[in-house]
Amino acid sequence: MDPTGMDLTGAAYWLPIVWAVLAATAIFIYVVLDGFDLGLGMLFLAEPDKKHRNIMVQTIAPVWDGNETWMIFGGAALYGVFPNAYATILPALYLPVLIMLFALIIRGVAFEFRSRMHTQQAQNLWDIGFCGGSLVASLMQGIILGTLVSGIRIEDNKFAGSSFDWLAPFPIFCGLAVACGYALLGATWLIWRTASDLQTTMRKWAGILSVAMLVMIAAVSAWTPALHVTYMQHWTTWPRILYVAPVPVAVIALAILMLQALRGKTSRRIPFFCALGWFFLSFSGLGINIWPYIVPPSMTIWQASSPPASQKFLLAGTVFLLPLILAYTAYAYHVFRGTVNEHSESYH
Amino acid sequence: MTGADAIFLARLQFAFTVGFHIVFPAFSIGLAAFLAVLEGLWLKTDKQVYLDLFHYWLRAFSIVFGMGVVSGLVMSYEFGTNWAQFSQKAGPILGPLLGYEVMTAFFLEAGFLGIMLFGMNKVGKKLHFFATCVVSLGTLISMSWILSSNSWMQTPRGYSIEPGTGRFIPQDWWAIVFNPSFPFRLVHMALAAFLSVAFIVGGVGAWHLLRARRAGRQPTEAVRVMFSMAMWMAALVGPLQILAGDAHGLNTLKYQPAKIAAMEGDWDSEGYAPELLFGIPDMKNETTHYKIAIPYAGSLILTHSLSGKVPGLKDYPKDQRAPSYVVFFSFRIMIALGMLMAATGLFSLWLRRKGTLWSNPLLLRTALILTPAGFIALLCGWVTTEVGRQPFTVYGLLRTADSASPVPGASIATTLAIFVVLYVIVFTSGISILLRGFAEEPHRDQAGPDARQPQRAASMASAISDTAASGHTGSANPGSGE
Repeated sequence: MDPTGMDLTGAAYWLPIVWAVLAATAIFIYVVLDGFDLGLGMLFLAEPDKKHRNIMVQTIAPVWDGNETWMIFGGAALYGVFPNAYATILPALYLPVLIMLFALIIRGVAFEFRSRMHTQQAQNLWDIGFCGGSLVASLMQGIILGTLVSGIRIEDNKFAGSSFDWLAPFPIFCGLAVACGYALLGATWLIWRTASDLQTTMRKWAGILSVAMLVMIAAVSAWTPALHVTYMQHWTTWPRILYVAPVPVAVIALAILMLQALRGKTSRRIPFFCALGWFFLSFSGLGINIWPYIVPPSMTIWQASSPPASQKFLLAGTVFLLPLILAYTAYAYHVFRGTVNEHSESYH
Repeated sequence: MTGADAIFLARLQFAFTVGFHIVFPAFSIGLAAFLAVLEGLWLKTDKQVYLDLFHYWLRAFSIVFGMGVVSGLVMSYEFGTNWAQFSQKAGPILGPLLGYEVMTAFFLEAGFLGIMLFGMNKVGKKLHFFATCVVSLGTLISMSWILSSNSWMQTPRGYSIEPGTGRFIPQDWWAIVFNPSFPFRLVHMALAAFLSVAFIVGGVGAWHLLRARRAGRQPTEAVRVMFSMAMWMAALVGPLQILAGDAHGLNTLKYQPAKIAAMEGDWDSEGYAPELLFGIPDMKNETTHYKIAIPYAGSLILTHSLSGKVPGLKDYPKDQRAPSYVVFFSFRIMIALGMLMAATGLFSLWLRRKGTLWSNPLLLRTALILTPAGFIALLCGWVTTEVGRQPFTVYGLLRTADSASPVPGASIATTLAIFVVLYVIVFTSGISILLRGFAEEPHRDQAGPDARQPQRAASMASAISDTAASGHTGSANPGSGE
């Protein structure tokens, strides 16, 4: 189905566009909310002080279930709105998806279990599970993204590649980049939400991870256009270049801001939002690259779509429910705002 | 490995993961409602015992809910990983329902769970009670959506099939959501969740009552209250569930008679049919061996008349019969446990009148043995309805064999093995944490999940006691309670 051959005013044309934007928004919200959550997990073992570990966990304890729910929403929305993409991507990425799920299970229960253990060894074991699970889940999310961007072979409307297509240099590099980015989000989140020694340590980590992330953003940006001719065209043909040109400039502007915030020790929330800014820009750049494909290089958002009756039905509720969800999620964060230290009440 | 093997493995994996998962949402549904009632009673009467019980069960809730979230996450992707063709064809109908479940229920539960677990001192009593009620409401909304989806797969309505692609196209959402088996399945499942949790609470209560009896001391008020509440629930819901189950059975007879034939192990359609208490269905030779039957009871139960005609498996082509040797037994285990639970509830009513509710050893021991009975019955019921739907995923329309993903059997076998190992670790750890919590008697000034640290420090003594030093009120130390 070629979008140019479609009725541009028909629901079958614009509904998938609306849903593509909504789905991208939902994925970004997931990255915003669960990114620092997973990142914090990765930094867990880097912080040997038990007291500090408990504080780290305490900053996310009341909200982690909600953060992970966005991942469930991603699966459900894809299933209902782009079922052909859902039915192609998941078998194609069967192993990385399942490894990610295993890792998320381990870190999720480790979170609850670690504080209920009666021996130090058992607690250490679940601490390792929390850290390792967070790391593996992050790596797999990057690998899934990288494999998708590299392209998935489809024949007969079905996945036709091999089980190990994802074990390639580009996806693995993307995995490292996402893990590094999440760790940065975790470190900057802790700069915002904690104080004293722990905050100082996290400033150091944020500095190292910022440099690493910048290098990785540059590398992925240079690598991606080389994957497909169409990607290259996005970055070299006029007037498309107009949309993408501000992206690198903004990345550098944020880097300067981040550096000042980490050094100047001024506002503690700036580094977190700088890191989010990097994610937003990388994510937008990626969107521009693969548009209008949802499973590059051959399945567009229109080909992946469920019938308009399905997309309309879900959209009608989403318009009201999504703002409501964001409102009470914000309220939950508001209730548990403020710096967390070992004297804070609630949880550990 | 052949395609049939891969499909079998995909089914096994799906059944294993969903079977593990289903326990936790059911537990959450019942427990959240119980917690809302406890907190409401506390606010109304200002009696400390209700707050103590609330905190006691809230600690279990955070574990149960967390395990429900992580095992549920798997489900939202497993439709695609294991059942790609099914997702492609039924996604336009079931996907939006799942989307609504996440938006109207999961977010609601997760959004207010933090406040429910840790927010009492931050938001005040009333808002906290509101959060507890919202979480409970969320569990009920979630159940409604998922049972609507599941019921649509059993009794599909409101669709058309797109020529060429074979996709189900939604025509009437009202008919899809409120398909014929949905109301029956919803009530049956809700009662099952309440009954399961009633027997968990009752079992824990019975254990502490028995322990107090053996030690020759009076049980605490909290223990008596929770056992009494659990037995009220058993007495009310147990018999009600039998009626609901009967109505659900009649609904199945109307819309899925082949499933009933498989459940009953009946081969020939006949009037004045017996009810089999035992037998071994033999799919190959089209008979049921070693039958122990009650004359006329089959017709009486299914049609509410002695002469009523019940369906037989031979009415249906061989390739449309569900495996009777599975559902015949799962159905009977469910019924037996349901009867036992209802009888226990009624027995407790009688003892309550006599004034020996808290001391009758037969009731206490029965309640203790039946602790997991609700969940076992629930799983058996789920096996009955799902295996009874075979060989279809969408009843009568889409075969399981035409629903699978193009994933090699080796991948599925490997991940299935990992799932088993992982879930055994997670399940045993979770259960042992729950049991350790239940082994403690609820007592005055019971600590909730927000005071875990001092509790742990008390048992781990040296290592991390300094973290517990401040920030908690002195009374929140359970170690001093007993």
